[in-house]
This record gives sequence, structure tokens and C-alpha cells, in this order.
Amino acid sequence: MPRLSRTQIVRYAGASGDFNPIHHDEKFAIRAGNETVFAHGMLSMGLMGKMLTDWVGDGNLRYFRLRFVNRVWPLDTVTYRAVVTDKREENGESIIVADLYAENQYGIRTVEGSMRAALPRRP
Amino acid sequence: MSEVVSFTFPVEAGKVREFAKAVMDDDNPVYWDAEYARAKGFKAPIVPPTFVQASAFWRPPLPGAAQRDLRRVLHGEQEFEYRHPIYVGDVLTVTTRLAKQFEKTGRRGGTMKFTVYETTYTNQDGQVCVIARSTTIETGQEVQD
Repeated sequence: MPRLSRTQIVRYAGASGDFNPIHHDEKFAIRAGNETVFAHGMLSMGLMGKMLTDWVGDGNLRYFRLRFVNRVWPLDTVTYRAVVTDKREENGESIIVADLYAENQYGIRTVEGSMRAALPRRP
Repeated sequence: MSEVVSFTFPVEAGKVREFAKAVMDDDNPVYWDAEYARAKGFKAPIVPPTFVQASAFWRPPLPGAAQRDLRRVLHGEQEFEYRHPIYVGDVLTVTTRLAKQFEKTGRRGGTMKFTVYETTYTNQDGQVCVIARSTTIETGQEVQD
């Protein structure tokens, strides 16, 4: 993933309607005890979601959960990963199960969670 | 606890494309091109996995959230169960209830108050599309790393 920019955070605020000032107002963020503004947890989840849909295909996610364990700051480079833990049949679908996590450039975990997705049927 | 807020959220084409673009320049045509979506087996463009979160902007104040100080609130966890596709043009009924509240003592001392909201997104045909659970954490003092 490219480095996260402040513009990307502001764009996400506008698109999602999440205008909590802690994500765009430097003074507010500092007063709240932060070095600067930081990304919405849901922006990280959106980026993980994009990685997942590129991988499992559109409309195939069945379950998606993340815990936001450390903040993502402007200029951070975050790597998103999925590790397959199981494959099984569920409700007539072939389901793939994976653990999810992301790390910043220092190897610090930013999110962790899990997902289930339906695999396309082979003809 | 059974406090509930409910409202209607139309899934508008412009909002969906804007949201997808805002997340990593995602210009996947399945989110905006009807013909492409049909070729992929969808009756209309669909929405990105976290799109339903955009409805929060429309939501009336949540039960139990009025007194919270934004400087001390963190989004701790988010969960989505996907039951049925959401299509551009759907009109969703969004119902949020306060599911759970509990407190824990933090590693650095101080009390952390956890609130779990459960939100159900139901389409115009009465099909439950997504069930979301959101956990927010309110710290006893300003959030420290």
C-alpha cells in the first residue's frame, strides 16, 4: 500500500460522513493527546476490504471482522495480509476462512481479525 | 437493553462511487457500471464491503452516546455479516440497537467503557442484507498510546 496521506483521510471523512474532528483537525487531535490526526479505523477496514474483494471476488464476502489495535498515522505504509485457516462447506457453499492482520512499516500491528468468503463454484 | 433508533437510507449511485473512490482509488466498475455488474451476475451495481458505514452520517443520535466526549472515544472493533447483496437503488431500513455495555480496567489503569451497537440493514423487500456490530471504547482519560 502507498503511504497514507492526510488528503486520503479527509477524502474518507467526506465520503463516509464521519467528521469526528480527531481525524482531520490537528489542534483537536493534539488536545486529545495525539501527535497529530490519524486514520479512521473504518478507512483501514475499507482498505482491507478492497484487498479481500480483489482476492475472493465481488459479492463473495460472508463475514468480515476487524479489531483496531493501533492507530494509522499520515505517511504510514500499511501492509494487509490474509492467512487461510480453513476451507469447508456451509449452507451449500464452499467457504474459505482466513485470519486477517495489517502491519505498519515498523512491524506494528494496526488491525487484526477474520473473514469468511464463498469460493466460486467450478463448472 | 432495548433502546433502538431506526431510519431510511437510500443507496445512491453517486455516494457509492464516491465511497469506493475514497477507499484506495477503488474504481472497480462493479460499483457503478450496470452492464458490467450484470455480466458479473448482479442485477445492478453492488456496494463495497464497508459501504453501509456511510449511513451513520444520517443516523439520529444513538442511545447512550449523547454524553460522550469524542476526544476519549475509540472505535475498538467492527464486524459485518453479509446475508444478501445491497444494490445501488435499494432503500435500506437501518435499525441500530444498544446491544451491550460493560467496563474493563485498562492496562495503564483507568476504566474503559465498552459499548456494542448492533445495526441491521434491511432492503425494500424485507430482506436482511447486512448485520453490523460496532464496539466503541470510551477511556477514563484522554486516549494515550
